[in-house]
Amino acid sequence: MADTTNKKFGWGLVNALVVVYALFPVLWIVSLSLKGPETLSDGNFIPREFNTDNYQLILDPDNFGLFLRPLINSIGIALISTAIAVVLGTMAAYAIARLSFPGKGLLVGISLLIAMFPQVSLVSPLFEIERSIGLFDTWPGLILPYITFALPLAIYTLSAFFREIPWELEKAAKMDGATPTQAFAKVIAPLAAPGVFTTAILVFIFCWNDFLFAISLTSTEASRTVPAALSFFTGASQFEDPTGSVCAAAVIITIPIVLFVLFFQRRIVAGLTAGAVKG
Amino acid sequence: MSMSTSAVAAASEKPPPTKAVLSEGKRAERKLGWLLCAPAVIVMLAVTAWPIIYSFWLSLQRYDLKFPDQREFIWFDNYVTVLTNEYWWTAFGVTAFITVISVAIELVLGMVLALIMHRTIVGRGLVRTSALIPYGIVTVVAAFSWRYAWTPKTGYLANTFAGDTAPLTDRAYAIFTIILAEVWKTTPFMALLLMAGLALVPEDLLKAASMDGASGWQRFVKVILPMMKPAILVALLFRTLDAFRIFDNIFVLTAGAQETSSVSMLTYNNLIKGLNLGIGATMSVLIFLAVAIIAFAFIKLFGTAAPGSDDGGKR
Repeated sequence: MADTTNKKFGWGLVNALVVVYALFPVLWIVSLSLKGPETLSDGNFIPREFNTDNYQLILDPDNFGLFLRPLINSIGIALISTAIAVVLGTMAAYAIARLSFPGKGLLVGISLLIAMFPQVSLVSPLFEIERSIGLFDTWPGLILPYITFALPLAIYTLSAFFREIPWELEKAAKMDGATPTQAFAKVIAPLAAPGVFTTAILVFIFCWNDFLFAISLTSTEASRTVPAALSFFTGASQFEDPTGSVCAAAVIITIPIVLFVLFFQRRIVAGLTAGAVKG
Repeated sequence: MSMSTSAVAAASEKPPPTKAVLSEGKRAERKLGWLLCAPAVIVMLAVTAWPIIYSFWLSLQRYDLKFPDQREFIWFDNYVTVLTNEYWWTAFGVTAFITVISVAIELVLGMVLALIMHRTIVGRGLVRTSALIPYGIVTVVAAFSWRYAWTPKTGYLANTFAGDTAPLTDRAYAIFTIILAEVWKTTPFMALLLMAGLALVPEDLLKAASMDGASGWQRFVKVILPMMKPAILVALLFRTLDAFRIFDNIFVLTAGAQETSSVSMLTYNNLIKGLNLGIGATMSVLIFLAVAIIAFAFIKLFGTAAPGSDDGGKR
C-alpha cells in the first residue's frame, strides 16, 4: 500500500514539473499584460497590482487598426482556410482510404513532400506572383498558402481516421442501391465527423500560428494577421514602450488555443498520434 | 426545334451498356478517386510546384525592385554572389547549429515527456493537456514571452541569471535563448510523435523482460528503443526539417542581430527589407535544395533502418 502511495506521490511530482514547464512562459506573459507602465519593469513574476489599461488600449475601437482589425483578419483567414482545407482534405482522404485508383501513391508522395517543404522557399516567388496578379496583401493571398500547407496535415490525419471507420456499413448502403457518392454523403460522412472535427482543430491551430507568410505577403492592416501585427505595435503614443499592449494582444490570441486544448485534449492527441503512426 | 427532337432521338437510341458490370463499377471508382483528389492536388501543385519553378527563373536574373530597369538575365551570377557571401555561410552555420542542438535536446526531453505521458498513473489528462499548450501556442507569442523574460529589469530570467547584462545582445547567449525557445515550443510535439511509437510496444513483452530480470533501463534500451526506431526516425525527420526553417523565434528574439540570422531570416531580409527579388529567389532555391538533401539523407536512413526494425516493430 505504502509503495503505491509513494509511487503516486512520485508521479504527482513529475507531473507537476511538466505542468510548470508548460505553463510558466504563458503565465509570465499574462502577468506582464496586467502590469501598468510603472510596474512593468519591476521584474516580479506575479504583478503586485492588477491593471487592465493594456487591454483597454488594444480593444479601444479608436485604435481599430492596431489590434481589432488584425484580429478580424486572423479569425477570418484561419476559419476560411480551415474550412476549405478540411473539405478538400476529406475528399482526398476518403479516396485514399477507400478507393483503388492509379496515382494514389503519387498523391501521398506529393503530400509528404509538401509537409517537408521549406515555406521560406515560396516566399520570394509568391511575393512576386501575388503582386502581379493583385493578391498581395489580400485575404486570398494568405488563404491560398495556408490551405496548401494545411492539406498534407489534413489528408494524413483524416485518412488515418477514415481507416478506423466500419466500412461494412458502406457496403450495406451500396447493396441497398446507394451510389458511391450517396454512400459517402449519407453513411460515411456522419461517421467521419469526429475525425473531421479533430482535423479542423489541428488545421486551425496551424493557420492561427503562421507568421512567415503573414509578415511577408501583407503590407497593411487590410490583411495583416495578429502575429504579424504584433511586431508593428507601438504603445499608447509612438514613443511609448509597447510591451504591455503586445502582451495583452498575445494573451487574447492564446485564449482560443487554451480553450481547444482544455476541451479537446483527447482528440488533439489522438489526431496527432494517428497521423504519425499510420501516415 | 429540330435539335431537341434529335437529342431525344439520340437518347432513346443510346445502346445499352455492353461492358461487364464489375468493370463499369471499377471505372466509376477510379473516376471518383481522381475527382475527389483533383482539387487538393491542383491547389498543392499550383501553390508550390509552379512558384518553385518560377523562383528558379527569378534566381537567374538581376532583379532589384529598387532598380527595376536594371532587370537582366545573368545566368548563375546570383548563386555565385550568395555562395561567396560570408553572411550566407554565417546564417547557414547558425541554422545548422540551432537545428542540430535543438533537435538533439528535443529528442531526449521529448522521450522523457513521452514516457511520462504514457506511463503516469495519476493525472494523465492534466499532463497531456498542459503539454499541448506549448504545441498549440502561437510561436510569436511564446517568443515575446521569452524576449521579455530576458529583457534586463523587466524579465525574471534576466534578473535571476544575467545580472546587469543584456543577454539578447550577446551572440552566444542569444543563440542559447533561441534554442531554449525552440525546444520549449516543440518538445511536446516530439513527445506526441514518440508516444505514438510507445503505444506500439506490447505490454506483455515488457512484462516478460521484467520477469527475466531486466532493469528499467535495460528494458528501455533493449526493448522499447529498438521497437520505437521507426517512430523516432519519423519524429527526427519532421523536427529536423522544421527546425531548419526556423524564423519566428529569431525574428522576435533578436531580429537577426549579432549574427543570429537563420537562412530563412536572411532570405526575408533580402526580399522584404532589401526588395532584391533575384537574391531572395536564389536563397529560396538554395534552401529548397538543402531541405531536399536532408530529406533524402533521412529517407536513405529509413530505407536501411526499416528491415532491421521490421522483425520486432511490425506485428
